[in-house]
Amino acid sequence: MSDLNMEQLTQQYFDVLKELGNIGAGNATTALAELINCKVDMMVPQVRLLEFNELGDILGGEDMILVGIYLQVEGDIDGSMMFTLPQDSGLHLVNKLMAGMLGIPEKNIEEMEFGEMEISAMKEVGNIITGAYLNALSSLTNLKIFPSPPQLAIDYAGALLSVPAAEFGIMGDKILLIQTKFSDDVELDGYFIMIPDMDSYEKILASLGLM
Amino acid sequence: MSDVIKVGMADWKICTGDDALTTLGLGSCVGVAIRDPQSGVGGLAHVMLPDSKETENNSNRPKFADTGITDMVAEMVKKGASIAKMVAKIAGGAQMFAFSSAKSDMVRVGERNVEACKKKLKELKIPIIAEDTGENYGRTVVFYPASGNYTIKSVGKPEKSI
Repeated sequence: MSDLNMEQLTQQYFDVLKELGNIGAGNATTALAELINCKVDMMVPQVRLLEFNELGDILGGEDMILVGIYLQVEGDIDGSMMFTLPQDSGLHLVNKLMAGMLGIPEKNIEEMEFGEMEISAMKEVGNIITGAYLNALSSLTNLKIFPSPPQLAIDYAGALLSVPAAEFGIMGDKILLIQTKFSDDVELDGYFIMIPDMDSYEKILASLGLM
Repeated sequence: MSDVIKVGMADWKICTGDDALTTLGLGSCVGVAIRDPQSGVGGLAHVMLPDSKETENNSNRPKFADTGITDMVAEMVKKGASIAKMVAKIAGGAQMFAFSSAKSDMVRVGERNVEACKKKLKELKIPIIAEDTGENYGRTVVFYPASGNYTIKSVGKPEKSI
């Protein structure tokens, strides 16, 4: 079992994790920008230690309807990763992607909905950008990271977050997450949330010579 | 004026009279609604994990089905409810993402939460008179202890009451 206590994480660790989030999300944002051929901005990541009851608010309220892409990570690092964005941002992203790839004109967002095609495209987007995030993390730490295929759900923020919360709940009463917000010049804002388990935190910190 | 009291993740709340209890976006968690129709005392527990005995970090009692339901029922009794008259309705316990990996126990957490809640309620001899559990979507619930109505809203589905 881990000796690392989440309550005792110092500011230094927070800064390291923030930097990891920065590099991972930076890579992912670049991948996203190339994919949709558009400028995408990223905010400075936040590392937060939250009570479960605070969790719902981080994505704009528990009953916000979001597109959530979730995958599990195995290898030297165990944990999960989630990529969430509001429904219309998701459609916007899929629209740009499909227009670019299929050479068809962009549709009007109001007329779009998440059908089989859109969900499949969204999963692929998730695959590419979470892959970019984890690749950066892996090369930085020299740790092996194997992501599972992404799963997608369109649901309440609270319901989506209950999945990683339950995983964390076994170990403690708080959830530690590295959260990065990104946006493009039109309408796209979402979050990356990386949630390694406690043992993995030790490995990450050790790989960087911090423990 | 009646209030709607919000119950957060891994918490429980009780109320009386015309007040209502709500929890937003239940995923794999289970919302256990219990009331004693005679005294009008009702409670809603937002259970996150099935069993406090499965982990050493079990000081947060509301988080687990076994300890959370026990504590809430005890508090309801203090407020004048009688266990013998209590009835329960449960909702939630969805599997939000379809995984088939090695961590299957964790993936099945919704299903295991539902099983654990049923087991605890059976132990306490509180009958479950309605349920809406499982599937793969989230639920926002409101419980009205005065009438016993338990309304459930899900994305892209009509609101229902059990």
